[in-house]
Amino acid sequence: MPLLENGRITEDRWTEAVEGAPLPDGAVIVPLDRLEEGLARAGQAPLGVAIGPDVDVRELHHVLPRLELVAVTFATFRDGRAFTQARALREHLSFTGEIRAIGKPLPDQYEFMLRCGITTVKTERAEDVSVWQQAHEIISIAYQPSTLHERREGPGLRRFLG
Amino acid sequence: MSANTASLPVGRYAYDQVDRTFLSQRVAQFREQVNRRIAGHLTEDEFKPLRLMNGLYLQLHAYMLRVAIPYGMLGADQMRALAQIARTYDRDYGHFTTRQNMQFNWIRLEDTPDILERLADVDMHAIQTSGNCIRNVTCDEFAGAAADELLDPRIHAEILRQWSTLHPEFTFLPRKFKIAISGSPHDRVAARFHDIGLVARPGPQGRPVFDVFVGGGLGRTPIIGVLLRDNLPEEDLVAYLEAIVRVYNAYGRRDNMYKARIKILVQALGVEAFREKVDAEFALMNRADYRLDPAIVDGIRARFGIPALEAPADAADRLAADRKADAAFDRWVRTNTHPHRHPGFTSVVISIKPDGGIPGDVTADQMDVIADLADGWSFGEIRVTHMQNVVLGHVRKDRLRELWLKLVAAGLGTPNIGLVGDIIACPGLDYCSLANARSIPIAQKLSARFANAELQERIGKLHINISGCINACGHHHAGHIGILGVDKRGEEFFQLTLGGSASNDVAIGQIIGPALPEDETVDAIARLIDAYLVLRTEGEQFIDTYRRLGAASFKDAVYAPA
Repeated sequence: MPLLENGRITEDRWTEAVEGAPLPDGAVIVPLDRLEEGLARAGQAPLGVAIGPDVDVRELHHVLPRLELVAVTFATFRDGRAFTQARALREHLSFTGEIRAIGKPLPDQYEFMLRCGITTVKTERAEDVSVWQQAHEIISIAYQPSTLHERREGPGLRRFLG
Repeated sequence: MSANTASLPVGRYAYDQVDRTFLSQRVAQFREQVNRRIAGHLTEDEFKPLRLMNGLYLQLHAYMLRVAIPYGMLGADQMRALAQIARTYDRDYGHFTTRQNMQFNWIRLEDTPDILERLADVDMHAIQTSGNCIRNVTCDEFAGAAADELLDPRIHAEILRQWSTLHPEFTFLPRKFKIAISGSPHDRVAARFHDIGLVARPGPQGRPVFDVFVGGGLGRTPIIGVLLRDNLPEEDLVAYLEAIVRVYNAYGRRDNMYKARIKILVQALGVEAFREKVDAEFALMNRADYRLDPAIVDGIRARFGIPALEAPADAADRLAADRKADAAFDRWVRTNTHPHRHPGFTSVVISIKPDGGIPGDVTADQMDVIADLADGWSFGEIRVTHMQNVVLGHVRKDRLRELWLKLVAAGLGTPNIGLVGDIIACPGLDYCSLANARSIPIAQKLSARFANAELQERIGKLHINISGCINACGHHHAGHIGILGVDKRGEEFFQLTLGGSASNDVAIGQIIGPALPEDETVDAIARLIDAYLVLRTEGEQFIDTYRRLGAASFKDAVYAPA
């Protein structure tokens, strides 16, 4: 599926590093084990890093100012660690760049991703983008705080989404 | 919505239009997911977590739908809707579970969106009754009524229900996550057998504080929860729970589903290291964002109806006279009522364990009767207990006998609460795809064997718990007598454990010896109970005698028939 942002298809300006090949020029996403290589590139070309679900994002603390993108991985849709990583990036590390979901999340998890601070999705799945749009729009109320600081509504912890 | 408190349902949170909008959106979402599954756009593997999050299991013979009854509280109108669902979509009955929910065992996938819509009509749902998420929060069945209660835990149970509903971060946890909350010094929620157990009491400035137990559970690896934090201020409740579940989500094992519960993580890290991680997370959080403001709590509290407890001054005297005049009624009052905070009221436990019956099974007609009796006697309020019974929380003492007569007429007057007949059993191999053995027939045979009410009362308080496999849904580890079904070369055998308890004296039962063949199990338990009657001293309950004498004295009775 093409890159998704706010329920819509958007152009992807990022290139993923190819294993075994030198890093290209321009905006590139490197795996965590090539982060040093990415940081050592000449100039200020945009840099992103892709991390696996077992990474403690606090380890990225001092390089975050150099990063414009962090890609979090849903190795399977059942593995919800990427939600916690995204949330920690936003809430504890004040990361304001793009957080991209990669791997195999389900469209039914889209709203959860957005509320945890993920901004874009690039998946290996084949559904029509309308399924993702619908997943984004179908529920308009939530019952807990999130990184999006939605508008409070009524008694209790309720929020209006969107 | 009217702001008039008198119009609010007693004992539970009143939905407003926003809550109803949310539920109808959720039903529409599930209808669309079912359509995608039927059209082949979702594989069964992908659909599974989505249907589980809506309470739908695929069991041995059919789909099973587990309906959420938040903290066990149900209105009469809701009970009637469940009866109607049982008639229309199931086989005229439902089943109360140990998590205070209701299960329907014979459901068709295609019908579920319609059933969920019918539930939504009465502000009910099946959200998070299954799946690797925060499950239905359970609570003291005598909440808001018990004489020994310090604080009504239902307000915070409702807050936690709302907070955990479609939680964006915690809906794909390593494994299921269960929270219980009590507001009484007498633990009736098995707080230390939960992923998180909360014990609330009044703190400074009239706001509650909480003791937080973590990492308890039954299942394959029974572990008693540890105290992680005491005197947690109310305003930090949501933040602290977020911190615990976040640590669990990040570090809980995902490679082996049998080692994925938080109890295993707490054991693996050690309590101190686990606490350090939670404290570190808690310290990093922006507490203003997560603060549970008193105004929020009071806003939720204002959505709960309060019963107008007015009774004649002589209500207790009239009950005493009724009891004197009728020995059978008197026995039922002794076994099936619980002291109320108001002197003119009592709480009634309706046994869903008739002699020789299936624990927790209730017919559609009985559901309607219970709904009518709740309307007539207890402000339309019904509670489902983790013992798989039903409570009417606020019954006037002078009207108790009248209620009892109606219950007896409906086959709901069994006087066995807390006694041998009050057996907890999982659905077992009659329904469940995980089970090794049939739990229900053992429960029925035991119940029939001890049907004599006088004998049961003489035996005294005794909890029997039966699980059909090591996943322990019948909580056998926590039974005074636990019975575990095992498979031995294709034959059903039953292993006995003794000395478990889920109360303040929490303990894990110990295996007494080799498993018994199915046809010898009930006789062995009967001999065990006979031995106890001989060995006990004045005033002892079974658990006391067992603790005084140990397993050896009972082993002979179980394995060496006279």
